[in-house]
Amino acid sequence: MNSTPSNGAGANAIEVRDLRRRFDSQQVLNGVKLDCPRKLITTIVGPSGCGKTVLLKHLNLLLRPDSGTILIDGIDVTRLGLRGLDEVREKFGMLFQAGALFDSMSVFDNVAFPLVEKTRLSLSEIAAKVHEKLSAVGLEGMGHKFPSEISGGMQKRAALARALVREPEILMLDEPTTGLDPTRVGSIHALIRRTQQRFGLSAIMVSHDVPEVFEVSDRVAFMHEGKIRLYGTVAEVMAADDEVFKRFLAGRAAEEETGLAAGGR
Amino acid sequence: MSKIIDALVLVGGLVLEGLLALGRFVLFLLSAAAFVFMPPYKPRLLIRQIRIIGADSLFLIVLIAAFTGMVLGLQGYVTLSKFGSESALGTVVSLTLVRELGPVLAALMVTARAGSAMAAELGSMQVTEQVDAMTVMAVNPVQYLVSPRLLAGIISFPLLTVIFDVVGIMGGYVIGVGLMHGPSGAYFNGIRDNLVAHDITSGLYKALVFGLVVTWVCCYKGYHAARMAVGISRATTEAVVLSSVLVLVWDYFLTSILL
Repeated sequence: MNSTPSNGAGANAIEVRDLRRRFDSQQVLNGVKLDCPRKLITTIVGPSGCGKTVLLKHLNLLLRPDSGTILIDGIDVTRLGLRGLDEVREKFGMLFQAGALFDSMSVFDNVAFPLVEKTRLSLSEIAAKVHEKLSAVGLEGMGHKFPSEISGGMQKRAALARALVREPEILMLDEPTTGLDPTRVGSIHALIRRTQQRFGLSAIMVSHDVPEVFEVSDRVAFMHEGKIRLYGTVAEVMAADDEVFKRFLAGRAAEEETGLAAGGR
Repeated sequence: MSKIIDALVLVGGLVLEGLLALGRFVLFLLSAAAFVFMPPYKPRLLIRQIRIIGADSLFLIVLIAAFTGMVLGLQGYVTLSKFGSESALGTVVSLTLVRELGPVLAALMVTARAGSAMAAELGSMQVTEQVDAMTVMAVNPVQYLVSPRLLAGIISFPLLTVIFDVVGIMGGYVIGVGLMHGPSGAYFNGIRDNLVAHDITSGLYKALVFGLVVTWVCCYKGYHAARMAVGISRATTEAVVLSSVLVLVWDYFLTSILL
């Protein structure tokens, strides 16, 4: 259960093999192996500082590894130059932790940004696509507002619309429920599942909402000390006889309250 | 012996650190400058930045220029009248402003107003992952955020300096001639006879360099703000202090070259 057998080429949207990355004296990624099957939601969980955010930053091409390979849609992105990276970037949309909406632009302009900058669509075509995505996330009629004028949950929805507007095959989500009211967590999770199914996306999500996030996960990867320690379906992972994972599940709340967790990168 | 080696390691580490930082600083400018010439061109972003750095600074520049010219007129008149040379007032005021105070004070004022805002805005975009979001959307953040600001600084600073000079000279006239009743014709005659094209161009060269230095430093500091609570405020403070110091240091070297 420490890893999965390879399902053969093409079955996975993302494949990570033996990924290593060191920051100063700390080996943050220590041989990560991970598969994200197509059209499923893969969730990475783990204690703070285990390297899950750093791993996601390698998948979304913000960081480069010291060694190892990352295949996104069959392309090894660790060997690409700037132009090749930009081509791969068109394959995925990314939802950042706090949304990362541009606060100098309205919600409409935020969602339109990737289309305005990277396509030659006419203004009316752009407007149609933006309105479609805004209504998909339940933000019809909010386009004229600025990010500072809407709630945290709405900002996440707007950011999700922006991540989807170029119709990517892969969606990456960095702690999509951080900073939200507990009652909102479920509705964002439901929205993620709904959009994933509606657009047939392969999704990879980093989350600290254990165990709530398991409801919307098809595969779970438990990360510990720079490695994927457990991987499988939710049922498989929950049934695994692994002391560290059990302690993680039990200590989740206590760890957050006492602030014992090392600062995550 | 081992203490000497420890000390050498420490000094070497500090020197390397400093050189690396300097290298990053210079590479940042080079990449931003290179992106100015690479498509896609964004005139809309450039015009917006010229408005923020230039047009929005206009009122402050006019205000500071007027008072600078007025105090020059007052001090100049009182000092010159001791030697009976009130007629040289126009020359003194205009040369001081055009060669020295215009470019320097305009640069310091724009640093305080637009430079700090630039560092804070880029810093907050960095801290809230907006810069990363741009990268992930395949839009180069240096090209989108830094290059237009750099170009706008280079365009705006000389223009603001010219306005500073003119308003300052008028301010000197109002005090030296209007209030102190100095010789009115001699003020502008002195300027016409003694202010040569070289004085004006050297002032504008300075403004050009200051525009580059201030936007470079402020963008660099904001862009590299640390992702923590004090990151933005620290970046803003460092940007303003370093810009101001560099403006005065460069002013000396440029003066010695251009004189």
